[in-house]
This record gives sequence, structure tokens and C-alpha cells, in this order.
Amino acid sequence: MLQWLWLIPFFPFLGFVLLVSASGKMPKSLVTIIGAGSIGLAALVTGLVAVEFLSNELTFYQQNLWIWMEVGNFQPGFSLYLDGLSLSMLFVITGVGFLIHIYASGYMHSDDDFPRFFTYTNLFVAAMIMLVLADNLVLLFLGWEGVGLCSFLLIGFWYKDPENGLAARKAFVVTRVGDTAFAIGLFLLFKEVGTLDIQEAMVKAKTLWSEDNTMASVICALLLGGAVGKSAQLPLQTWLPDAMAGPTPVSALIHAATMVTAGVYLIARSHSLFELSPEMMHVVAIVGVLTLLMSGFTALTQTDLKRVLAYSTISQIGYMFLALGVGAWSSAIFHLMTHAFFKALLFLTAGTIILSLHHEQNIFKMGGLMKKLPLPCVLFLVGCLGLIAVPPTSGFWSKEEILNATWMSHTGGPLIWVGAVLGAFMTALYTTRMFCIVFLGEAKTEAHEPKGFKFSAPLIVLAILALVGGFIHLPLEGALPHGHAAHPPMIVVAIAIGLPILGIIISYLFYGKQFFSAEAVANSAIGKPLRKFFDSGWGIDWLYDTVLVKPYIAIAKLNKNDLVNILPNTASASAQILNRMLSMTQNGQLRFYVASMAVAALLVIALVVHL
Amino acid sequence: MDSALIDHALILAGLLFCIGLLGVLVRRNIIFMLISMEVMLNATGLAFIAAGSFWNQADGQIMFIAVVTLGAAEVAVGLGLTLLLFKRYQSVDVDNLKQLRG
Repeated sequence: MLQWLWLIPFFPFLGFVLLVSASGKMPKSLVTIIGAGSIGLAALVTGLVAVEFLSNELTFYQQNLWIWMEVGNFQPGFSLYLDGLSLSMLFVITGVGFLIHIYASGYMHSDDDFPRFFTYTNLFVAAMIMLVLADNLVLLFLGWEGVGLCSFLLIGFWYKDPENGLAARKAFVVTRVGDTAFAIGLFLLFKEVGTLDIQEAMVKAKTLWSEDNTMASVICALLLGGAVGKSAQLPLQTWLPDAMAGPTPVSALIHAATMVTAGVYLIARSHSLFELSPEMMHVVAIVGVLTLLMSGFTALTQTDLKRVLAYSTISQIGYMFLALGVGAWSSAIFHLMTHAFFKALLFLTAGTIILSLHHEQNIFKMGGLMKKLPLPCVLFLVGCLGLIAVPPTSGFWSKEEILNATWMSHTGGPLIWVGAVLGAFMTALYTTRMFCIVFLGEAKTEAHEPKGFKFSAPLIVLAILALVGGFIHLPLEGALPHGHAAHPPMIVVAIAIGLPILGIIISYLFYGKQFFSAEAVANSAIGKPLRKFFDSGWGIDWLYDTVLVKPYIAIAKLNKNDLVNILPNTASASAQILNRMLSMTQNGQLRFYVASMAVAALLVIALVVHL
Repeated sequence: MDSALIDHALILAGLLFCIGLLGVLVRRNIIFMLISMEVMLNATGLAFIAAGSFWNQADGQIMFIAVVTLGAAEVAVGLGLTLLLFKRYQSVDVDNLKQLRG
């Protein structure tokens, strides 16, 4: 069974090839079968491979397909590498991906570009699987760029609205900043270590460098740059909220469950390198905690349902980065999985709500949907509980591990722990606020719930996973080092569990019971500017706009005629002038021709005589 | 033939050539242009004959026969073109042909 490993990326890729060669002329039912079925087959093969891999208690399995390119001693292979980490990622990608594809076949059914949607998503899944199965960093980079491309294509899926195209370009450009850092990191690593084979490079790096080596730190910083861009962390997080312009299943698949967690995977994959540089791990933890706090505050002020979820995604990936930074590698992957469950659930339920309300996304125009949409309400509640990390939902177990590890770790510490717990409190605040505004209170609109198996079955499966996913044991022992065994003091654990629940109560008093007025707080002297500040995403968009985008546009406008073009333009202009002069002599006047011939003959004779 | 005579013959040939060229340049009537060209051809013929006589060589006379042949061919083509021109424009003015701009 293990030799079937290559089939996992092959099936989605085959689906992509079939769909793209049909170029939209396929009936929708066949598109659904190919589009969702290829992911289903990939999930099935993943299951079979996993059974064999786990029952034989292997630590890794390698499959060399072919040598990709050969340049001197640089020979990256097209080879797959399966271990506990990539297997865990495969579960999330193919499993959650399959559920989302089923949902999408219902959600997108009335869209004219239905086949195009599945073409892109199949290519995306193939690229994402390549990313996690890659045996060397070059192949990983191929998958990395592949998912970036698909993300761009799917954010701009409804390209007829220029806003969506703008969001897609923004996502592409901002992640490109990180990707450039990542690529430079790869070059440096190759120069220093001499190989880009992941396992080999990690072993060599350990022997080559001692702890606190500067070169190791620089490479880690560059890899972190790539991870930060892809995973929408501070300071490159600005693209993710705008990426919500894409169809909702895309937000669930790419911008919540899989692609945005690629950065987490990258750092977990190169954990040996990061362990050589405690200061970079400290930086990772700080990036994580700052991001989760920042996006937590911003989520509290958003009015668009999908943007609230987007900021909460940024904040949850912040927790994963925090976990990586404090050396709780397996907790990060664990949280990645549980987050994929409850966030995919939240996004897909949000999709159902948005569809029921005819593409209304403003939460203040919803309200009182509990009676009208009972099933989505229950499912959304489950997702919210997972997001807040209420025991014993899946989110609780993973977040608890992260918070405890943060307290105990020497790269974390109590101060960072305070930030993380405050973030958990904020999570409770904004999640409860969102739930109360959407589902409680008075009904404001009519709702027409889309019915059918495609809308309910994937959501129910995801809801069950979001509830009990915390009990899944990921096979990470062989792939990632063990976390800290010691537990923090009881009071620390109690605060970490208690604060989110306090957050729920406070938020419910504000938004559910209207016991306090949120508007009064928001309109007070301190509240108003703060709200504006948070709402703008802490002004980071504004900052980039004034520091980078506007000067760039100004320079571009200044150089509209392109200084460099002057030289070739002069050449072409003078050629044109000569041409015009010569064509003027072609005037059709026979006598003019005779005269010019005579003059020319005279000149030639004069020349011959005098020289 | 002495050198004074060849000078006179060549000056005459040059004058005839210039008269012919002037005729081609100033005339718009294609028939007059052909006649002027004939004058130019004969000017060159005269120069060839004079030069051949000066050097005591038969080449000059051979060249004259070639010039006469050339002139006959030229007139044949030229008159054919003249007929076509007249058929199209009911006139023998060459400036009618300039609308093609070359």
C-alpha cells in the first residue's frame, strides 16, 4: 500500500487535468464527480497508506519518483517523504478538503463558472499535497508557489468585480514578499549546507552549527519571513481579510484549513534548524502572540461575518506560531488540525447563512436567525465553542497545550503567556459577539435555507470532528521532538480555562442580553478612536499604503514615459523620420525622377572626376 | 581625326544631350518626352562615333549600333505605354500618373 503514496497528489492533479482539458464543456454532474471524487480518492489512499504506515510503526517512508533536474551536485528529486508530520497534514488536507469539496459542489452549483472552480481547487489540493509530501525544499517550494497561485486565482474567482481582482493581487503581492525571503533562505541554506534535501540538511545543520549560530539564525529568519507571508502573520497579515472576496468554500479550504497553515508546517518541518537558534524561536513566539492579540482586537470591531472569521483565523494561526516558538511542535500541529475542523465548520456554516440571506455578509443586517436556521445555528455554535476553546471541544485541548507550554518554555515565559491568555479572552469576546448578533435578538431579514445532503452532511461531520477532534492522537512522535512534560501551576491552568468563559459571559451581557450597551462604549471619548484604530486592522493597511504603495504609484506616474525607454525610442523615431523623408521622394512625378537621376548622375561624375 | 575636331564633336554631343534632358524635364507631353530621349540617345551615339574615330577603333560604331537598337526598343515600349496612357486618361500628360505616388 505504501508504494501507492504517489497516487495521493496524482488523483487531484488528474482531476485538474481532466477538468481543464474539458474547458468547461462538461456537464455539472460529471464535474462534481471528478472534482470532489478525485479528492475523495486521495483521502481514501491517504487512509490506506496511513493504516499500513502506522501498523508497521514506521518512522518514515520515502518514495523516489524521478530526478527533477541535475546541475552539478545539485540534484533535487521528485521524491515524496512520508512521516508522522506529513501524514497528519495529509489527513487535514484530504479529509477536510474532501468535505469542503462536497459542500462546494452544492454551494457553487448555480454559478456559471462551476467547472472552473473545481479546476482551481483540484490543482490547489494537488499542490498542497506536494508541499507537505516534498522530500526536498525545492519541491516544497514548487507546492508552496502552486498553492499561492491557486489562492490568487480563487480569491479573484469572481473577477468581473474589480474589487475582487484587487484583493487577489494584494494577496499575491504581499505573500510574494514572504516568498522572496523564503527563496533567499533556501539559497543560503544550500550554500552553507550543500543540500536541500530536508532530512539531510537538518542533520548536516546540526553537525555544522552549534547553538546560537548567526548563520542558522539568519536562515531561520528568512524561512520565518516566508512562513509569515503565507500564514498571514504580523507584519504581512493584511492580505487575508481581503482574501475573503473569494467564494466561501475557498475561504474555508485555503484561507482557514490548509494553505495558510503552510507556514506552520514549514517551521515544524525545519524544527531542527530553529532549535539551533533560540532567539529566532523567541521571535516566532513574539510574532505569534502579537498577531493573535492584534487580530483579536480587530475581530471585535468588524461588521462583515467573513472578515470576523478571517481575523480569527489570523489569530488562531498566531497561536500555532506561538506554539512553534515555545518548542511545542506537536501542539502546533495539533492546533492546526483542530483549527481546520472548527474553522472550516464556521466558514461553511457562514456560507450557508450568507446563501440563505442572498449574499448578505453584514452581521448587523442578520439577527434572530436562530429560529429560521436551526441547523446552521447549532453547527455554528459548535464551531464557536471550538474557537473559544470551551472544554471539552477540540479547540480546548490544543489551545490548553499551547498555553501550558508557553508558561513553561524558556523561549516563552509568563509575559508571553499573559498575552496569549488575553488573546483567548478576546477570542471569547468576539466569537460570542458574532454569535449573539447573528443568531439572537430580533429577526431583520427573511432567510431561505439551502437544503440538501451536500449542505448538511459535510457540516455535521465537521461539527462532530470539532467536538471530539481533541481526542484524536496524531502520530507525531517520530517526526517532532516531545514537548515539555512538566505542567505549570494549577492556578495558571485555571486562569487559562476561566478567562475565555468570563469572556463569553461579558460578551453575552453586552450583545445577547443588551445588559450593557456596546454602542455607548464604542462612542465614548476613548472608545471612538480606539474602535476606528482596531477596525482598520491597527492601521497597518494605512501604513503600507502611505509608506509603500502611494510613493510607488507616484514614482510610477512620474516615470510614466519610462526613462530607460528614451534610447530605443530615439532609434525608432529617427528611423521613422528617415522613412518619411525617403517616402516623400516617391511622389509619382516622372519628371522629378528624371531630375533626381540627372542630379545623382552629375554628383557621381563629379565624384569620379575629382577623386 | 585631330583633337580640335573631337572637342567640337563632343561639345556638340554634350549640347544635344543637355537639350534632350531639358526636354524630358520640362515637357509633360509623353510624346515630346520620348522625342527628347531620342535626342539624348543620339547625342551619346555621336559621342561614341567621334571617340571611335579619334582612337581609330571600330568599337565606337559597334556601340552606336547598340544605342540605335536600344532606342528602337525604347520607342516600342514607350509608344505602347503612351497608347495605354491615352486610353485611360484621354490625354498624353504624364502627370496624370502621379496619383499612384510611385
